[in-house]
Amino acid sequence: MTTIAVIDYGMGNLRSVSKALEHVAPQARVQVTSDPAAVAAADRVVFPGQGAMPDCMREMEARGLRPAVLAAAQAKPFLGICIGLQMLFESSDEGGVRGLGVLAGRVRRFAREAMHDKEGRRLKVPHMGWNQVRQRTAHPLWSGIDDDTRFYFVHSYYAEVEDQRIESGVSDYGLPFTCAVARDNIFAVQFHPEKSHTAGLRMLLNFVDWNP
Amino acid sequence: MLAKRIIPCLDVASGRVVKGVNFVDLRDAGDPVEIARRYDEQGADEITFLDITASSDDRDLILHVIEEVAAQVFIPLTVGGGVRRVEDVRRLLNAGADKVSINTAAVHNPQLIADASGRYGAQCIVVAIDAKCADSGADAKGAASGWEVFTHGGRRPTGLDAVAWARRMQQLGAGEILLTSMDRDGTREGFDLALTRAVADAVDVPVIASGGVGNLAHLAQGIIEGGADAVLAASIFHFGEYTVRQAKEYMASRGIEVRL
Repeated sequence: MTTIAVIDYGMGNLRSVSKALEHVAPQARVQVTSDPAAVAAADRVVFPGQGAMPDCMREMEARGLRPAVLAAAQAKPFLGICIGLQMLFESSDEGGVRGLGVLAGRVRRFAREAMHDKEGRRLKVPHMGWNQVRQRTAHPLWSGIDDDTRFYFVHSYYAEVEDQRIESGVSDYGLPFTCAVARDNIFAVQFHPEKSHTAGLRMLLNFVDWNP
Repeated sequence: MLAKRIIPCLDVASGRVVKGVNFVDLRDAGDPVEIARRYDEQGADEITFLDITASSDDRDLILHVIEEVAAQVFIPLTVGGGVRRVEDVRRLLNAGADKVSINTAAVHNPQLIADASGRYGAQCIVVAIDAKCADSGADAKGAASGWEVFTHGGRRPTGLDAVAWARRMQQLGAGEILLTSMDRDGTREGFDLALTRAVADAVDVPVIASGGVGNLAHLAQGIIEGGADAVLAASIFHFGEYTVRQAKEYMASRGIEVRL
């Protein structure tokens, strides 16, 4: 039986992610865990995230999860969601915190002065709601999902990637920003597939079936 | 482009959906899980549950409702009503809520917003503001904008100015404002557009307009004239007058970006 570890660092709502995974993969064992050994033993790892990146990094350290998360990001099918994407990068403007540095780039806040649409109307931060995602690369996780499909976002920070080759999805909010990255066994998204209805469930199913 | 959201709201009492007119005369409108699933199928962007359970014995029924909905409906779920402590926020999030809406308790203890937001993130803390047009004479002292914050389902005046209050809540960590006009709620006369515009212009976080929707044109007005980021409605959807899909098609026909 495939086991999927959903990493619990004690902050957000993990039930949504585990429920959605159980829904698409009833045959898998979905385990919400903060135990490094359980993360090490799992076949697949999902790192969901909510809240703030400094809290995420602090709690990851406090629970001794960092080595297990790093190992998973190097070897297993790994899905990062929201803060779970941001923490893969080198650093974040949010609290000036350092990330895992698995991917090159930094996490930035939507700049208040740039937050206008084409008609000059003010855009609110957080970026909250359903926005279109342009697929920049073919990837097994996009399988069965149309280009420009809407996913549910809620965030104030976004990743600025150094290596454009890892950019797998882009969305527009005041500026075009990277909302999906892919490299080897890692796929990470800024939006919430667990809250993105049919398309989101399809992405999670694709992840469960993915063999990088 | 980011879509404007349509959010059906379910008022839940003792585990059943009800909808009152001006918070009285509750009519039974059905099973919350079944109704949530129907809205989800129609393309609702989020669903909000407002727990108006009076009896403390039945308070936990909402947790079971949320658990059941969260296992079947994969869009954001917001729950409000009776949230007083950070512990209440935690229990609702653990049951499967994505956001928790706080109203009266924010007025009694603004620090609750800072604490809950600090613990779980601004993205899941919605501050609900019930506002009424202040009588220009007698009790307008705290309401420079012309709208005063009320609590306890619109029965108790607070002396707080609604626009200033929205700003303060954003500063303390609210990720979104759910703004209800108590003058319009249940009237089907449309949103208080001036109120909506005043608050939407005053804060950087998204504003959900609520209270008074009687037809689809009202929804579009909330976005176009009110400047809201999302619109919330209850009765027009519950009693089958319109589907969420029809509402979205209408909004699209008015040039509003929606998720269809």
